Amino acid sequence: MPDHPRPDRAELIDIYRTMRTIREFEERVHTEFPGGEIPGAVHLYAGQEAVATGVCTVLTGDDYIASTHRGHGHAIAKGCDVTAMMLEIYGRAGGLCGGKGGSMHIADFGRGMLGANGVAAGGVPLSCGSALSAKVRGTDQVSVAFVGDGGANQGAFAESLVLAAVWQLPIVFVVEDNGYAQATGTRFHLGGKDIAPRAEALGIPAAVVDGYDVLAVREAAAGAVQRARSGGGPTLLDCKAHRFFGHMEGWDQQAYRAEGEVDRLRAEQDCLQLFAIRALEDEWLTTAEIAEIDAAVRALIDHAVEEAKSAKDPDISELLTDVYVTY
Amino acid sequence: MTRVLSYLQAVGEALRQEMQHDPSVVVFGEDNIGGTGCDGRLGNAWGPTQGLHEHFPDRVFDTPITEAAFVGAAVGAAATGLRPVADLLFVDFAGVCFDQILNQAAKLRYMTAGKARVPLVLRAMYGAGMRRGAQHSQVLYPIFAHVPGLKVVLPATPADAKGLMAAAIRDDDPVIFFEHKMLYFSHGEVPEPPYVVPLGQARIARPGRDCTIVALGRMVAEAEKAADVLAAEGIECEVVDPRTISPLDIETIYDSVRRTGHLVVADEATPRCGVAGDIAALVAEHAFHALRGPVRTVTAPHAPVPFTPALEDAYTPGADQIVTAVRATIPAFAGQERAS
Repeated sequence: MPDHPRPDRAELIDIYRTMRTIREFEERVHTEFPGGEIPGAVHLYAGQEAVATGVCTVLTGDDYIASTHRGHGHAIAKGCDVTAMMLEIYGRAGGLCGGKGGSMHIADFGRGMLGANGVAAGGVPLSCGSALSAKVRGTDQVSVAFVGDGGANQGAFAESLVLAAVWQLPIVFVVEDNGYAQATGTRFHLGGKDIAPRAEALGIPAAVVDGYDVLAVREAAAGAVQRARSGGGPTLLDCKAHRFFGHMEGWDQQAYRAEGEVDRLRAEQDCLQLFAIRALEDEWLTTAEIAEIDAAVRALIDHAVEEAKSAKDPDISELLTDVYVTY
Repeated sequence: MTRVLSYLQAVGEALRQEMQHDPSVVVFGEDNIGGTGCDGRLGNAWGPTQGLHEHFPDRVFDTPITEAAFVGAAVGAAATGLRPVADLLFVDFAGVCFDQILNQAAKLRYMTAGKARVPLVLRAMYGAGMRRGAQHSQVLYPIFAHVPGLKVVLPATPADAKGLMAAAIRDDDPVIFFEHKMLYFSHGEVPEPPYVVPLGQARIARPGRDCTIVALGRMVAEAEKAADVLAAEGIECEVVDPRTISPLDIETIYDSVRRTGHLVVADEATPRCGVAGDIAALVAEHAFHALRGPVRTVTAPHAPVPFTPALEDAYTPGADQIVTAVRATIPAFAGQERAS
């Protein structure tokens, strides 16, 4: 791993804990899903943890993110309550969105998390809006638009790049190129190797980033966020990190992936392992500290799942609330 | 002292007064300033935003032709503390940004169990009559009224255009504000101080005892013309202008039908799955016993809007068809009542 500025110890612990929490959350949802208690469509983020974590670690609580259908990792990295998220995924009362959103629409406006989104690139224009809002209100809040390689082909994404460039918005576009748009590979669907040049064509600074290296992502994000915060306009980060699981739980057996591909990915390009090895080698963290975090995270996720399984369904009267503020 | 403004000026005055009233109101769209990036004079917008940037240079923006991005940005900005008024220009262009309206603006509040508020106004010019052809003349409000989470406003007069725009901007939900292009240069009295016409309150444009005509948008003036013609025959029509179709003040319509016993709905939109059919169905379901004749609807035909004046004029419903519909719904009855 190349050298990147090393965060202080507290931050290193936070980075590891966040990545581990996302991983444990996603592995557990994957394990629980076949049990049939989790309704609907669930898209898991495992493998890409370094991107959400590296980006969100340089954001403040007041900054905004807009997420994708694969949004659990972004939500956790932005500080959303893990138990409330699990309740939401199970569709229970007390879920982060009262059971009306589900995995694909997890949002927590109080934490600047403007929502996972059921539409590819659907959240990107929303990010332009939160960026405009900060600019008009005269705050230094930054907005981050996460989008996948599939969503980056949408017109809404291309239009948002233009709008952000023209309006010089305080925004960072974080493309997560995980290699697949559902079951179609980037080699076919992307029309080129990278997405970064699409931004560069509009005068937006862009970089291709190793999405398995949390410190590389963090460094790139820190520069982009600083640019946005200081009035320097938009940046695009084209982060490369493949996912461990299929497009969607319960449906995708990943037959489109090469034999052994995922095993190699887990063995050689697991962002958590890579970080842990480096942290131990360079004595940032001890084995005991890592084990302690792992155990605490496991307990947290166990608790979240227990809570979700024993929680009640929302009251039927909730069906008709929150359609409008007034009507 | 009375003061006369055009419908277009009335919308513009509401924008200016609401921006004055609330610093979180921002206005943007293609050519909402006009002249940005050109060598000539800045500010030569032609619509209701003309001159607005001179008062509020930091809150009126031009956009590139990026409806998906800037309508979505209006949603995101609304959800994070602003009250944006975004301009779609022709409502027909909703075709290129419908996701942001249908799946984002309309759904955010519900999907977050009320954590999000989306106080945005989307201005949308609509309607036939200006020889703009099939992609610039549609009457698409039924599509939006069909979607829970959206409010849909159709001012018929300059005074309502101002008061409904003020209400739309102050409202905490997403509002699609339909401005009929053929009404832009119609004139009427408009009070100068700021005021609000509440969403969801119909207006009795003309009282009458024999037949209720519910008329939408530009059809209100056509219904009033029809009522003049019918009055000469002794048929007194009550013209009801719902002003907003979501929410819809159906109670005022029921009350009117209970008084008159007859209903005609005049709607410039195409007939299938539309507002005219919806109102007819609601009355049939909830005020059936008040009806003393069949409900009639007057709508455009189920066809795209044609370009050439000869065909477009034949396409657009007007006073003549409304007169015919009223006569059809109360043939014998009107005569009997006059005799009694």
